[in-house]
Amino acid sequence: MKILVTVKRVIDFNVKVRVAADGSGIDLSNVKMSMNPFDEISIEEALRLKEAGTATEVVVVSVGPAKAEETLRTALAMGADRAILVETDDVVEPLAVAKIVKGVVEQEGPQLIIVGKQAIDDDCNQTGQMLSALLGWSQGTFASKVEIDSERATVTREVDGGLQTIALKLPAVITTDLRLNEPRYASLPNIMKAKKKPLERKSPADFDVDTKARIKVLNTEEPEGRKSGVKVASVAELVEKLKNEAGVL
Amino acid sequence: MTTLVLADHDGTSLSDQTAKVVAAVAKIGFDVHVLVAGSHVGAIASQAAELSGVSKVLVADTPALENNLAEPLTALIVSLRDDYKTFAAAATSVGKSVMPRVAALMDASQISEIIDVVSADTFKRPIYAGNAIQTVQSTDAKIVITVRTASFSPASLGATAAVEDVSTAGLSSDLSTFISDAISENERPELTSAKIIVSGGRGLGSAEKFREVILPVADKLAAAVGASRAAVDSGYAPNDWQVGQTGKVVAPDLYIACGISGAIQHLAGMKDSKIIVAINNDEEAPIFQIADYGLVSDLFVALPELEKEL
Repeated sequence: MKILVTVKRVIDFNVKVRVAADGSGIDLSNVKMSMNPFDEISIEEALRLKEAGTATEVVVVSVGPAKAEETLRTALAMGADRAILVETDDVVEPLAVAKIVKGVVEQEGPQLIIVGKQAIDDDCNQTGQMLSALLGWSQGTFASKVEIDSERATVTREVDGGLQTIALKLPAVITTDLRLNEPRYASLPNIMKAKKKPLERKSPADFDVDTKARIKVLNTEEPEGRKSGVKVASVAELVEKLKNEAGVL
Repeated sequence: MTTLVLADHDGTSLSDQTAKVVAAVAKIGFDVHVLVAGSHVGAIASQAAELSGVSKVLVADTPALENNLAEPLTALIVSLRDDYKTFAAAATSVGKSVMPRVAALMDASQISEIIDVVSADTFKRPIYAGNAIQTVQSTDAKIVITVRTASFSPASLGATAAVEDVSTAGLSSDLSTFISDAISENERPELTSAKIIVSGGRGLGSAEKFREVILPVADKLAAAVGASRAAVDSGYAPNDWQVGQTGKVVAPDLYIACGISGAIQHLAGMKDSKIIVAINNDEEAPIFQIADYGLVSDLFVALPELEKEL
């Protein structure tokens, strides 16, 4: 079976973000960009399914600016077979990403799509679910374990009360949670090889998708800060302060 | 105009998350209806009918809706689309799974995890793990939101809304099938509604130590137990205890962080707590920068002592 994996180029998770002074958004100049961490987990899962003989090909797709090619090359260096970049400089909302990826799915015909549960920039947690709904497929969100046989995927999901296991009829969309696997690093020889792997460029217009924003950003601001408080010298002092000063005990 | 709230429940009782969503959407100013979907959910519907601000409770009772599977639940909500302008749910694992599907099928962009209602179409929401707050306005015909319940107080009780059955004809769960639940047996309060949370990090060193020193303090305070991602990844605590950007977001009166360094991803989940206490043997740990009270100490000395002092 063919597996399609989505990847997004985002600010590296270690970078402390700065809000632009004019309130228009986040200052992205000279900031380290990386692959969304959940997408690394998605690629790793697809590669393991290929190594186990379940999958035959792993195709990665990204919707984003020209520089998202770097992110796709990282995915190819990890071991994906080929890449598709749907190039746009717009800030593309999850609904438009889902519509574009639906178009890719209609051309590629994968049996399984693996999507990171959320991107760490907009924290939306929408794309996989929207894609699944638009395709009319089954979905397994927040996966911490995936097993595939010929007709179905058994997915263990991280839910609020613990874990839930469901069976999905294939084709299906799975969104990945943190504990599904530990993604591999790309080796230097594989990074060199990835430069020669096929990467196809498309545009949102190729899929008849309008990427105009449906949600207007009126303002972006820093959250109210928290001041650091006091250090206490002992457990007794801590309990005394919680009782008499903070009044929470 | 009317807002439809998807009730959050475990099949037995209504979660207090629903009361918080009702309070949040009351600020929009429309009538509020609550949809209770599941199997044998009559008692849950009665609980929803008591929430102040709710004018009607819709009940969809059928085996296909058992276990909150996303596909039939989506089909049900979309079947009610003509009667509503706004669709809301708590940002719980069910709300997060279902609402984007609903939005996509109504060709609407969802606004996730709102923390404030500015007007009927304008909301505030955190991005970048809460390091920035955006004010966003929907331009869609239908508005779909999920609510970060830690930011809202629950609606009070005392109403007597009408309860009405809705059609469940044609709903099926043939795309996905429930197999099993491994729900943590837990006599403690829920993390998302607890007044006090005692949380442990990598500094605990093992699952045994985590239980040995964190749980007695939590028991003494009748507190919920939380954990950092590092502690969950290391197997010291189960996934449903995780607090942070991708775990649960909490805002208790008192949050006691033990052996947690304070990565931004963790702070995203707890920095709206009223009082934060940090106990850590590393005085440079970033958690101290946001803690109201910091104690630099060995956890294995401080926590047993704390348990005795309480």
